[in-house]
Amino acid sequence: MKVTIDGQTIEVPEGTTILQAARMIVDNKEYAGDNIAPPTMCYYSKLKTSGGYCRSCLVKVNKGSEKDPRPMPKLVASCRTTVMDGMEVMNTTSPEVIEVRKGVVEFLLINHPLDCPICDQAGECHLQDLSYEHGLAKTRYDFKRRTFNLIDIGPYIKLHMTRCIMCFRCIKVADQLTDNRHQGMLFRGDVSEISTYISKAIDNDFSGNMIDVCPVGALTDRTWRFKSRVWFTKPMDAHRNCTKCAGKAHVWFKGDDILRVTGRKNKWREVEDWICNECRFEKKYVTDWVIEGPTHIDRHSVISANHYENLTSLKLDIAKQQKKLNKK
Amino acid sequence: MGKKLLLEHINVPGIETLEVYRQKGGYASVEKALKTMTPNDVVEEVKKSGLRGRGGAGFPTGMKWSFLFKPEGVERYLVCNADESEPGTFKDRFLMEHIPHSLIEGMITSSFALGAKTSYIYIRGEYFYVARILEKAIDEAYAAGLLGKNILGTDFSHDCYVQVGGGAYICGEETALLESLEGKRGNPRIKPPFPAIAGLYGCPTVVNNVETIATVCPIINMGGEEYAKIGIGRSTGTKLISASGHINKPGVYEIELGLPVEEFIYSEEYCGGIINGNKLKAVVAGGSSVPVLPAHLILKTEKGEPRLMSYESLSEGGFVSGSLIGSGGFIVYDETTSIVKNLYTFARFYHHESCGQCSPCREGTGWMEKILHRIVEGHGKPSDIDLLWDIQRKIEGNTICPLGDAAAWPVAAAIRHFRAEFEEYINHPEKIKDVKHYYSVNAISA
Amino acid sequence: MSKEIKFNEETLALIHKIMARYPEGKHKSALLPILHIAQAEFDGWLSPATMDYVASILKIQSIEVYEVASFYSMYNLKPVGKCLLEVCRTSSCWVRGAEDVVKHLEKRLGIKEGETTADGMFTIKTVECLGSCGSAPMLQCGASYHENLTLEKVDTLIEGYRTEGKRKSYTDLDYKNTL
Repeated sequence: MKVTIDGQTIEVPEGTTILQAARMIVDNKEYAGDNIAPPTMCYYSKLKTSGGYCRSCLVKVNKGSEKDPRPMPKLVASCRTTVMDGMEVMNTTSPEVIEVRKGVVEFLLINHPLDCPICDQAGECHLQDLSYEHGLAKTRYDFKRRTFNLIDIGPYIKLHMTRCIMCFRCIKVADQLTDNRHQGMLFRGDVSEISTYISKAIDNDFSGNMIDVCPVGALTDRTWRFKSRVWFTKPMDAHRNCTKCAGKAHVWFKGDDILRVTGRKNKWREVEDWICNECRFEKKYVTDWVIEGPTHIDRHSVISANHYENLTSLKLDIAKQQKKLNKK
Repeated sequence: MGKKLLLEHINVPGIETLEVYRQKGGYASVEKALKTMTPNDVVEEVKKSGLRGRGGAGFPTGMKWSFLFKPEGVERYLVCNADESEPGTFKDRFLMEHIPHSLIEGMITSSFALGAKTSYIYIRGEYFYVARILEKAIDEAYAAGLLGKNILGTDFSHDCYVQVGGGAYICGEETALLESLEGKRGNPRIKPPFPAIAGLYGCPTVVNNVETIATVCPIINMGGEEYAKIGIGRSTGTKLISASGHINKPGVYEIELGLPVEEFIYSEEYCGGIINGNKLKAVVAGGSSVPVLPAHLILKTEKGEPRLMSYESLSEGGFVSGSLIGSGGFIVYDETTSIVKNLYTFARFYHHESCGQCSPCREGTGWMEKILHRIVEGHGKPSDIDLLWDIQRKIEGNTICPLGDAAAWPVAAAIRHFRAEFEEYINHPEKIKDVKHYYSVNAISA
Repeated sequence: MSKEIKFNEETLALIHKIMARYPEGKHKSALLPILHIAQAEFDGWLSPATMDYVASILKIQSIEVYEVASFYSMYNLKPVGKCLLEVCRTSSCWVRGAEDVVKHLEKRLGIKEGETTADGMFTIKTVECLGSCGSAPMLQCGASYHENLTLEKVDTLIEGYRTEGKRKSYTDLDYKNTL
């Protein structure tokens, strides 16, 4: 099936969503320039039935298919819409999409506390990035923002509901990765909350993955909370022999100490393999891990600022430049 | 007197019982369909009738039925949407309470057409007492061999159950209703797949409104073509209208589609005019979601033609000067009404009823309510009107289900037609400070 | 007040009858009706213990019950008075004096909307459209719709309930109380 997104055409198998097709274009073509893949706050390819809620990936379909070329009357969620042969989609080339996306960002932010200076997620927060790339410079919301109390979900996870944007990813982790789901969505509308109702400990080997899937700082790792800003730590690819999971992780160093362990994330910031709670929360010694080397960090990320992988390449760049200059 | 198909026998004593209902010709459509027609014949008659969904969206029922996926060996379901919650609408309650068998009869005939062995009537929880009336009617139908195994000695067997909801407007959205019927939160599903392919328990399902299903009976009895002669143009048949607000005779009226709006409001047969002989200010013609129209646009279209009670005429002019027939929730406001305060009650409603799944509706409905509350309290800012306009525009069309649109349209229409009133609230809050803008309860009822 | 959270045989039979309405393995469908029954049986509200008990009957996780009970407006997650007076306040009721009804109730019962009288008899709650727009203003108490209210009717109603002294539930059989 052929689909064209912002003028880039790709052949994809039947059943592919617009979002997946857009990501394929980026993956295949080393596409330079504006990101052709719509932003996602709730979709997560490894979680079944995820997506459709946040509306930040809405795109315009200006040609439905070769057979039925009519445009779709409304913007569609690219994460939940499958492509038809000959479909033409507009993402960042549509002013309407850009305008609506601004609206979505504003809606997601009106009740968000904007407490980034004290939030562990700052620096790797999807909402920060989304606001920066697609939002308005200032808010028009001048009412009190909703707040919730902090909850400890067991010894390892802190729930900061005030920051939650209700992407449902953590509930899907609880549903799909663990046996007995204790945590879910309570109440409705803008007072909905993720909760266990009676603060039940989430006692399962894979519960920690809900921290990795959380796009904001609503679920944080209690063994890492307030230890460091993320951009002062250096991630390394590492592995260990684990009987419960694949044991492949990113370990985050500050000096010689491992401050936290997370799943390995790909360029779409989704984990490659789920990791178990033992690897995540209890293996914090260098001797626990076989270090493979520095993790590749996108140069746009604040984390790359003092990351030596980039410093190394920067040094090489400088060396190259100097050589060129010397030649002249 | 206009044609009456659903409420013809409304005043017959005992019409809620099976005995009297059958004396008045009840269950004839079941006899006719099961004994002399094939399921496909029934679908064809409904198609010919031009019947459009009476729940609000107005989608052709016959077409909806023909979309039903029919794989071998997979159960199919008919689900009746009796979750009537659209402000201004109470016709389904009236029909179920007074002539419960008309719905049960429609359920059997429609299920036969669709090949559904089981059907459910999902009724809003607040209508608990009506659920009991329906259950009693169902018991009577079982006892008379109209439900259960081999109905009326034919091969067709069918079971029908009533399910009560728990209090949530959103369950009137068909996929939220199915979720709720499965014992879950009433969160609308992301479509596709549509219920016709994967509905209740993942099986092909048709969801129809109470009035729609009840109307199948007269259609089968008189034939689709005869039915299509009633009404006007593509608005065939009769429709139940729930009339409320500042009128002398609030209540449920069955009208032939095409009746002039002016006649509906002022004639003694229907609303009986405005209370105290006051002037008409505005009308919400099809339940709270549809755009409010000022008096001059509800009585006549922009072109100056009389506005009729029909799908086409009420939407004439689009949202610029028209509205929608919606669910038939006809709310009349007289000259004393504050459109701004009234809009605030709608905004509060949608905020309360948003399920919270998708961000524009979850956050936007609450924001609009807060702004309107500020305006009503006399603390509005001059920029609030444009802000409201922009928020509704960013909700509309961008949500998972139509609740977003339903919350956005009334705001847009009120600003479109009554902007000056908003400005008055914002610029001269002292003028509205002590005005009640509603009738004291004893002023009308006395 | 607190009795053991357990349905009697008769109620259990009813619950199993309700569960049988749904196909094999789809018994979770019975959750909403069972919660109504549980609320009526156990003091008019759903405590965590009651919800856990319902979960055990349906063999589902407790969280699945909490999620549902907290979504719908008819389930009380906190104790309420014996008579929960639910006054509709949406458009059609508002234009015909719903605010007067609420103010009158507040004055008469000496409590604010959302509060319960000290004797545990009445709770005032404002609700959104109950589908009684043509007979506005109205209030619901238990299964009963009280329509075309006047302040006098409200007084009579309150007196009647006070004399009766009984808890009113949605599941009550005396289905319609027309004043």
